[in-house]
Amino acid sequence: MTKPILRVEDLDVQYYTDAGVVYANNHINFELRPGERLGLVGESGSGKSTLALAILRMIKPPGKIAAGHIMLDDIDLVTLSEEEMRQTRSSQISMVPQGAMNSLNPVMRVKDQLLDTMVDHDMGLTHPQMEKLAIDALKAVELDPRVGMMYPHELSGGMKQRACIAIAIVMAPKVIIADEPTSALDVVTQRQVMQTIGRIQKEMGSAVILIGHDMGLMAQFVDRLAVMYAGKMAELGSVQDIFTEPLHPYTQMLIDSLPVLGKRGVFHGIPGITPLLRDLPPGCVFHDRCPHAMPICKEVDPAFAMHTPNHWAACHLYPNSASNEVAGAISGAVPSGTTKS
Amino acid sequence: MSHLLEVRQVTKIFKGGTKALDNISFFVEDDKPSIIAIAGESGSGKTTLGMMALGFVMPTMGQVLYAGHDLQKLSGRESTNFRKEVQAVFQDPFAAYNPFYKVDHIMEVPIANFHLAKSEAEARRMMEEALVSVGLRPEETLGRFPHQLSGGQRQRMAVARALLLRPKLLVADEPVSMVDASLRATILESLNKLNKELAVTILYITHDLTTAYHVCDFIIVLYRGSVMEAGEVDTVIGNPQHPYTQLLIDSIPWPDLQRQWGQQEIITTDEDKSSASRTGCKFAGRCPHVMDKCKVSPPPLYQLDDQHVAACYLYDNQPVMRGEQLGTLFKSKRSTLPANGVATGVVP
Repeated sequence: MTKPILRVEDLDVQYYTDAGVVYANNHINFELRPGERLGLVGESGSGKSTLALAILRMIKPPGKIAAGHIMLDDIDLVTLSEEEMRQTRSSQISMVPQGAMNSLNPVMRVKDQLLDTMVDHDMGLTHPQMEKLAIDALKAVELDPRVGMMYPHELSGGMKQRACIAIAIVMAPKVIIADEPTSALDVVTQRQVMQTIGRIQKEMGSAVILIGHDMGLMAQFVDRLAVMYAGKMAELGSVQDIFTEPLHPYTQMLIDSLPVLGKRGVFHGIPGITPLLRDLPPGCVFHDRCPHAMPICKEVDPAFAMHTPNHWAACHLYPNSASNEVAGAISGAVPSGTTKS
Repeated sequence: MSHLLEVRQVTKIFKGGTKALDNISFFVEDDKPSIIAIAGESGSGKTTLGMMALGFVMPTMGQVLYAGHDLQKLSGRESTNFRKEVQAVFQDPFAAYNPFYKVDHIMEVPIANFHLAKSEAEARRMMEEALVSVGLRPEETLGRFPHQLSGGQRQRMAVARALLLRPKLLVADEPVSMVDASLRATILESLNKLNKELAVTILYITHDLTTAYHVCDFIIVLYRGSVMEAGEVDTVIGNPQHPYTQLLIDSIPWPDLQRQWGQQEIITTDEDKSSASRTGCKFAGRCPHVMDKCKVSPPPLYQLDDQHVAACYLYDNQPVMRGEQLGTLFKSKRSTLPANGVATGVVP
């Protein structure tokens, strides 16, 4: 069994606002193996982007990592100094941002932005060597090297997103976090960009965390899926298991609400609204919207536990929680049929 | 008989020469209210078309008529009537509200403007009824400020406001694209209810073919200002015939593990903007089946069956439908929907 590249243990992230403490991430546990694609889905306000920022140690005050560990290999990112963390970003963990439009420097040529990243991280390379890496990165994301000499405003939306990916991969990081990288793109462009991310990730052997709320994109791209609800991990399992045998009622309703071919005109929304993160109900955070709520759900917060092999959920419906071990990856490889090309 | 809405040979050229719409015609009847999707990528002209139906944008050439009246020549009374009968729901549930007013404001204004209620109590009752019909609890929404409601609640409230006026036509421009997946179904259900129970015709403008498939009866697929394919939604999405629609549908990541994403190769080319696709078919530069004649003149609409047309020379053995007749596709709903993937009897 390959050793995980990233291990998040009992992570708590809180924002201390005037209106009270916002519990954005509560006891988050999961593992990521090299070469794996993990999807992170949840509604807005479920804490998925906070989790991404926490892994990159980019939570800004009034927010902070209140507890837990983020192990990258054997280094706990939570204990690193600001400067050590700055060197880790881009070289070890990088991020493909959501709004490519606002993420590039408008007065800098694309290639200079790539070089900037490398110079800043002092890779010990000469300028021509870095120049070559920059061109390689542009080629890897299927951009013409000439694009390197262009300014962001000269690029289309898809090209800008590719430029952002090039910056994210230029130092061959072990983990790439992509926060809704295609939400502003048309479907055809989205497919091209996701194919590019997938291909590069395979070539470099990096792990990818894809954040979003498009279950279709998740079904087609990731190997494993984590479902977040109100700052907590509700369910984690292979994409196959989540889609065919969802355990958590929230996941079940979410899957049921999806528009698929052949189910036209059938609408299954999830009634009710997400609780506020600064005013979480006692017990299970989903109990007031849950069709299976039991008295215990209002009092005791269910543990996030493994119920079937490599399939975790936080729900009282499954009392025989075998173990509380850290939610790890599937032993060895991904089950057949789920590997995405 | 005049149509509820008629778009007659409309071309829109914006300042700077961007041709957003290129000779588009269609009409919708009001005797059988349906939900019609105007689908396309960014730059297809779908939003311009929606803005035109609302009378916010005027065509450069051609006419937009509501109940037989040209929108550019409405009298005062006709204009008031038009504003009451044609309503809109926009994409961004955050931008649609004035943050300084309570959310009640967006419902109070139309009630006052159109003299819908005789007393405050009646106005309140109307608002509550409208909210309940979109699945909101009045006690949880009225009297609050926009920032106190979630995006889904705000968007449903916008639908409630539209239905308060008992419109005949609703233009919904990407109403669910900024709403979480779990709430999308609820909003689509509200739209569906509006159509079925209150007989409102809905123009559903979207880039998302999965929700269009889910909620609409008919669909018009636009690409760079021209109609590529149109017809009954089950046929067009289940069995697309135009190479562009085929590419679009192949590129949708369906939430279905049995479906393989992206089987078709994507052709990217700068030729897109070349003179060939300016004179001929707009899709010629990216089309895997491109022929010489595609670059010469744009293909007309070929009728594949009584409720399905495609603007593609692959089907030039089929009868031609005049652009102005496009609305006839949407006239009658089939009583039973065909199963997915049923061949339309047309083989390319």
